[in-house]
Amino acid sequence: MDGVAPDPRRRPAPRGFAAKVLQSPLRDGARAVAPLALGSLSFGISFGLLARSGGLGWAAPLLMSATAFTGTAQFAAVSVMTTGGGLLAAVAAAVCLNARYVAMSVAAGPSFDGSVLSRFLRAQFILDESWAIANRGRGRFDLGLLLGAGIVLYVSWVSGTAVGLFGGGVLSHPEMLGLDAVAPALFLALLASHLRERRTLITPALAVLVTVALVPVLPVGLPIVVAGLAASLGWWSR
Amino acid sequence: MRVWLLVASVAVTAVAVKATGPVLLGGRQLPSRMTRMLGLLAPSLLAGLVVTQVFSRGQHLVLDARAAGLAAAGIALLLRAPVIAVMAAAAAVTVLWRAVG
Repeated sequence: MDGVAPDPRRRPAPRGFAAKVLQSPLRDGARAVAPLALGSLSFGISFGLLARSGGLGWAAPLLMSATAFTGTAQFAAVSVMTTGGGLLAAVAAAVCLNARYVAMSVAAGPSFDGSVLSRFLRAQFILDESWAIANRGRGRFDLGLLLGAGIVLYVSWVSGTAVGLFGGGVLSHPEMLGLDAVAPALFLALLASHLRERRTLITPALAVLVTVALVPVLPVGLPIVVAGLAASLGWWSR
Repeated sequence: MRVWLLVASVAVTAVAVKATGPVLLGGRQLPSRMTRMLGLLAPSLLAGLVVTQVFSRGQHLVLDARAAGLAAAGIALLLRAPVIAVMAAAAAVTVLWRAVG
């Protein structure tokens, strides 16, 4: 996990409220996710452009980014809808792509404390990247890191959507800057930090095989959910 | 009208799936077997994310510039580079591969 959430360096201590924010896991999470914010902004812009060219107006796509906050699912829903796929098909595509969040939120669930409402609200900052950064291994998640990273991603995703809707196509092709390879690189780095024990070597290997086998067969988004079931091997491990 | 139904449906389903774990399991002491299982969920999902984000395009398995970027990330990891350098290597090699290919 080295380097992902950098230790706070020695520097003059700020005071008061600013100190609380600046020296918290919240800040560490924001810093850890910063390199991904550009990618999130760029994907947001291309989502805004897609929605605009599909004739969805500006209010609906913006509201969707602000409330749903699920990159790929929004892409799928809007492109199905604007290519004549119908409302049900569009929602079904989004649900498939969001299905992995059930697994992710269950994995992180026990780490959430506080009232039901506060757990419910903070859970909304679970995103692939923030979830991966917050994961501390052995089923533990750091909620400060989750929120810090999630807030940065939220702001860049929603403002990216606005830029795409109102502005131009600047930065609207994440693949031109190789930004589409940045998040997988982070996931690989975080995965590597899990691979110190043998049993944590078997499950991801199985997950890879399952995903590869199911990508051509299942609707987009579902193979990864089945891959998550590889973790049930943990039931028999000791 | 259909657009607003879409916005509402996508939002409600997204909010619900994300809330599942924290609302149902938050603050609970789970049996140790279940904790072990949930601990293994993270590496499994991370592996699945890498595969789908690098080697797939829709329902097709593909081998393109992203794979070269991931290989660069893997090498950087083996060299014990910091995570920021791992991500930079992935982006740089992916861009270069696209420029050349």
